[in-house]
Amino acid sequence: MLGLLHSLEIAVGATCVGLLIGICGAYGKLYGGPVVRDLLAVYTTIVRAVPELVLILLLYYAGTDLINQVLTAMGYQRIDISGLVAGIAVLGFVQGAYSTEVMRGAILAIPQGQIEAARAYGMSPGLLLRRITLPAMLPFAIPGLANLWLIATKDTALLAVVGFFELTLATRQAAGVTKAYLIFYLAAGVLYLAVSLFSNLMLGRLEAWSRRGMPSVKDAR
Amino acid sequence: MASEATVINMVARTSLWLQPHRIVLILVALGLVLSAVFFMRWDWLPQYYEMGLLGIWRSLWILALTCALGFLIAVPVGLAQAAGSFWFSAPAKVFCTIIRGTPLLLQLWLLYYGLGSLFPQYPWIRESWMWPYLRQAWPYGVLALTLSFAGYEGEVMRGAFAGVPKGQLEAARAFGMSRWKIFRRIWLPQAFYRALPTLTGETVLQLKSTPLVATISVIDIFAVSSKVRQDTYLTYEPLLLLALIYMTITGILVFTFGKIEARIPNKIG
Repeated sequence: MLGLLHSLEIAVGATCVGLLIGICGAYGKLYGGPVVRDLLAVYTTIVRAVPELVLILLLYYAGTDLINQVLTAMGYQRIDISGLVAGIAVLGFVQGAYSTEVMRGAILAIPQGQIEAARAYGMSPGLLLRRITLPAMLPFAIPGLANLWLIATKDTALLAVVGFFELTLATRQAAGVTKAYLIFYLAAGVLYLAVSLFSNLMLGRLEAWSRRGMPSVKDAR
Repeated sequence: MASEATVINMVARTSLWLQPHRIVLILVALGLVLSAVFFMRWDWLPQYYEMGLLGIWRSLWILALTCALGFLIAVPVGLAQAAGSFWFSAPAKVFCTIIRGTPLLLQLWLLYYGLGSLFPQYPWIRESWMWPYLRQAWPYGVLALTLSFAGYEGEVMRGAFAGVPKGQLEAARAFGMSRWKIFRRIWLPQAFYRALPTLTGETVLQLKSTPLVATISVIDIFAVSSKVRQDTYLTYEPLLLLALIYMTITGILVFTFGKIEARIPNKIG
């Protein structure tokens, strides 16, 4: 149960970090200068082409090592980065690449006139983002983001490989101690499935809420 | 004349692509790669060269086998969901939900540690011809990856089968084709064309999940890099090379599927 809690903590944290990176990345890709755009293209391409497991190993070791080296170079003591923070950061970095692409598509799907109208009203860019772009892109982005959330909950299992104590590793240890392998793995599978189905339900509601006021496609036929 | 025009066109496109900032970025990237080559340790490469090639070969082999088998399972699963009666579509739907709702790592460990620990308890399994295979790790890895691919691809095929226009099937029936012939000549090819772009993505995803089999002691390219890391105490060099290898394979896959996609008639439906 502690394992499940850890898994969920990481999934939520990673999705939040990923969303933040995604919004910034999508804005950079759409409105940024040529250098920013190319760098972001490299980032999303590389992260999406390399297996998550390899990325997690690379970032997990490289990230903690890099921070410690910078700290020692600046004269501070080495710190122990907790698995939780490192896991959130690594998965968030991976999720960010995917959500950048989702958000870019969603922003492009907003009718251009809405953004132009907001600019004509003299809205500042921050206000424009908060009042127009984010709410208007939500119905287009939610199906993709829902997929990403489900992937995030399942990617937390990969952190078992670097030795972080979450549901899959907890299951493995419990199964190893009691020798009842099948039962423990089935139970963990049921827990993951329950999380997935529950989030499906909630995300369906969220999508219906974000689409409020929009005409249904079914009536158009 | 025409060739001259294309050459000019190509030059124009290249100059458009090679803007000044891109040249600077490429130089920076080259500098990073060169510094990686010169300042990091690569002297372990010749020693593990053959092992690495074997690992790459094994990864590709697992990828091809699981994709082919998984697609064979995915076709009936998708068909059952798209057109089957309740007794066919319900199990297929449950299968897809379970596969897509649980992590692949958990499925893999469930099969390997869970099922694998059950088999030795039965003497008749130990004596049967299957035992030499069941004792090894790779059948479990292939089985788990196949089922996972079938689960995801079954969902894609459901949409593809449902997306074939009804008129096409009615026309085929009007021609007096048998049901099997309709499926073989009309329904399956058109559904396959529709699913092809998604199939590319699924294959790349499948490639990215092959390193998981290393956790149940199958020696693929990922396991080789872990061994290098354990033997030489190097952290980054094997992982960076590994990432490069996977990126190359992904690039080749995407390119090949792009070629196949360009070959199919794009006026469908």
